Amino acid sequence: MRIKDHPILDFKRGEKITFSYNGKSISAYPGETIASALHAAGIRKLTSSQKHQRPRGFFCAIGNCSSCLMVVDGEPNVKTCVVEVEEGMVVEEQQGKGDLSGKV
Amino acid sequence: MEKCELAIVGGGPAGLAAALKARELGLKEIYLLERDNFLGGQLVKQTHQFFGSHKQFAGIRGIDIAEIFKDKLEDQPEIQALKGAVAQGYYEDDVLGYSYRGKFFKLKPEKTILATGASEKMLSFPNNDLPGIYGAGAVQTLMNQYGIIPGEKILMIGAGNIGLIVAYQLLQAGIEVEAVIEATGIIGGYAVHASKIRRAGIPILTYHTIKEARGDEEVESAVIQKLNENWQPVPGTEQEMEIDTICLAVGLTPKVDLAIQAGCQMAYVAELGGDVPVRDENLQTSNSRVYIAGDSAGIEEATAAILEGELAAASAAGEIFPGNSAIAQERREIKEKLADLRRGPVGEHIRRGLARVRRNQNAGRDRYTRSWKN
Repeated sequence: MRIKDHPILDFKRGEKITFSYNGKSISAYPGETIASALHAAGIRKLTSSQKHQRPRGFFCAIGNCSSCLMVVDGEPNVKTCVVEVEEGMVVEEQQGKGDLSGKV
Repeated sequence: MEKCELAIVGGGPAGLAAALKARELGLKEIYLLERDNFLGGQLVKQTHQFFGSHKQFAGIRGIDIAEIFKDKLEDQPEIQALKGAVAQGYYEDDVLGYSYRGKFFKLKPEKTILATGASEKMLSFPNNDLPGIYGAGAVQTLMNQYGIIPGEKILMIGAGNIGLIVAYQLLQAGIEVEAVIEATGIIGGYAVHASKIRRAGIPILTYHTIKEARGDEEVESAVIQKLNENWQPVPGTEQEMEIDTICLAVGLTPKVDLAIQAGCQMAYVAELGGDVPVRDENLQTSNSRVYIAGDSAGIEEATAAILEGELAAASAAGEIFPGNSAIAQERREIKEKLADLRRGPVGEHIRRGLARVRRNQNAGRDRYTRSWKN
């Protein structure tokens, strides 16, 4: 959910865009990060811990803690808390360390 | 490989102030590397008005201070401010590597100012990794930067300035805060913030800690518990609170990775938030090419970071233009402003911390010191 009225801040949101999360279509506004757009859509679990598969969301939201790594447009280990969402982006939950084969 | 007079890592208050001061003092080749796609660092989410006895931006909101800096920077084409440029490493030949738009670049600066800020501390309790447990800064980011509601019912942990200010900002955004809990017997933040929270009917519970978080896929409740004066949990005082978000405002720790890579001598100083680079009074480290400004050398606040940024820039400029008396005078004046800001009971903590670093200058822990520097 998004804040509508705020006593100090005025959120200028542009035209809605759409991206996909695990095959589902999610709407967002330009300038939002992937993690914040997912959060606004009620999705707080972004990934699972590698050893015990515990649910994980972001913690720091500024690119420090790496608790929000996901696969974005096929690229694993993207810090979704700092990468801006784009129209048509394909965001998927990452399994384990992420597959880099075929990349680079 | 590009050469330059000065490289600054971090485009927050310290880094921005450093870039502008360096330009003002005559430096022409200045690189400012900022990993985010925007400048301003954490200022961009500070909706509260700054105060402080000194007239450094007192009464202005952090978000507006960021705008003031950005406007000034636009008039300075000699400052290469790269947004989305991530410093990747400081190498032994004093080369700074960074990635920018998918490519790797190398920079050889005569002087480097590290202004990388801090990261939030975690707290140990069962299930502290559940989604919905956020640092206070993360909550500010969601709410004030992106306009997204971080949760419906919040438990705030920590009654220092950040805990109190963020609790108040949550109220401003129309979000319910169940309680602010604090393990010590003291509300560490300013009384003016605490009374705003209390007037809104939110309890500030001192001598309380979190025993555990509960929930399956995300946080559904928290169990809080009383502590006695020796910080021991009092049995039978557990209380379960239905909340969907836990916000941790339990302190920050300096981001020192690049300082360690640069071979800077480090010291552990609890008052400053953990391991910090040892600096002399001009903010120069044991690597004479490297200066540190702002929270990355010790947790303080944005006004101090701005002054430290200016001081680091004046110190670097002083070595690039030796014998320049105007620069020396500038340095003295900034030092006086900093001393002014840290006067009085509020600054006692930081004064004690800084004094401890200086005492550590020759006897600090050097577990990080790399052999190639010796």
